Amino acid sequence: MVDALRLALPFAEATVRQWWRPRLSAGLATLGAMLETGLTDRAARGRNLDELTLAVARERSRPAFGALFGHFAPRIKSYLMRLGTDPGQAEELAQEVMLLVWHRAETFDPTQASASTWVFTIARNKRIDAIRRERRPEFDPNDPALVPQPVEAADRAVEAGQETARLRAAIGALPEEQAELLRLAYFDDKPHSAISAERGIPLGTVKSRLRLALERLRRLLKEPV
Amino acid sequence: MIEPKYHPGEEILLDYADGSLSEPTALVVATHLALCPWCRRQVAELEAIGGALLEDEAPEPLSPNCLIEMMARLDDGSGSGEIRPGADRLPTPRPEPAPAPADLIRIPQPLRSYLDAPLERLDWRPVMRGIEEVDLGLGRAPVRTRLLRLRPGAAVPRHGHSGLEINLVLAGGYHDQRGRYRFGDVVVDDDSVDHRPVADRGGDCVCLSVTDAPLRMTGGLRRILNIPLFRR
Repeated sequence: MVDALRLALPFAEATVRQWWRPRLSAGLATLGAMLETGLTDRAARGRNLDELTLAVARERSRPAFGALFGHFAPRIKSYLMRLGTDPGQAEELAQEVMLLVWHRAETFDPTQASASTWVFTIARNKRIDAIRRERRPEFDPNDPALVPQPVEAADRAVEAGQETARLRAAIGALPEEQAELLRLAYFDDKPHSAISAERGIPLGTVKSRLRLALERLRRLLKEPV
Repeated sequence: MIEPKYHPGEEILLDYADGSLSEPTALVVATHLALCPWCRRQVAELEAIGGALLEDEAPEPLSPNCLIEMMARLDDGSGSGEIRPGADRLPTPRPEPAPAPADLIRIPQPLRSYLDAPLERLDWRPVMRGIEEVDLGLGRAPVRTRLLRLRPGAAVPRHGHSGLEINLVLAGGYHDQRGRYRFGDVVVDDDSVDHRPVADRGGDCVCLSVTDAPLRMTGGLRRILNIPLFRR
């Protein structure tokens, strides 16, 4: 009897550990995400989004993922709703996007793009896949047929990690009519002609405002810090 | 390596980056990106703007169980993100063809994954004298996504366009009254263009061609898109 117990005990222990561990870390993650959303981004500022994504990639860190989820999922949901997805489906797709973040975290390269940019591209592609039911054609950076960058882009004065913060500040400083058109371009499928008709702005003005906004943001990316 | 001289233009790159281009046009743009480091940089910048806008979004509250469900899904191997969820609803991507022999034209990704054989072994159908095509069957009618092969010196009869036509030169070259187009160049023509393309001598000209493309943008400014706007 005692022997049987002795044999069974490690097994039971292991089972308990197996059962508890994911739940414990899920609990921690919940806590992390609650702090994150509750304390209006303070947690994200403490440990920035790039670091959190790297922690998911390197350590499969659930608390880090929970914090990323708390930050990005509500924004992805908002993005998808703007593009006409109903709230229920938007939330489901936001989960799908975050699941891809979890599984593809190793492919995140902070020298190429910030975590926000990386998540934006995943959300964009997920929408094309799930809502439009189309493939998203993309080049393969490892394709031998790819024409490589001649030299490391010298005009890239801003580190990818700082790019998002600088761009946000610059978007905030745009004239409102330019910023609004920019948001419509990214978050609305409407043709520019429809935007023009709806707002009573000539098509040429829609296009020139958009172009001005893009020029300004591009110039900023090339300026040294 | 000579870099392309004619680019899709900022509006098309923006529509590619923000995800509003339909698949046929996006295929032309993405294949051009493989050949054009400069446009890749533009798209990376436009995506960074998308990232900043996402960051600026007012968070939409999630339902109370959302995070718990999410954490549970991390353990659920079946929901693995490595396999595209929803892939079953999509047309099966064609298998990667065997690598093309070095003497054949190198087709970059993503176009390569849309072809089921090297260029020479595709099912080329004659269109008219000196011109053959392979229909990739992509896009809803009236959109057509085709590979076109022009024999050296072959001339396409003078034509206008009922919609937008976008060509990517994959081999050889052609010219019309506005310019000479070579490997990697993207040529955008709209209904205002009435032209007569002629293939260069010295080798077959192969293009990826999308006709009647439903671009998001409409209006009369398309013509200027084809001007190499951002020359360095």
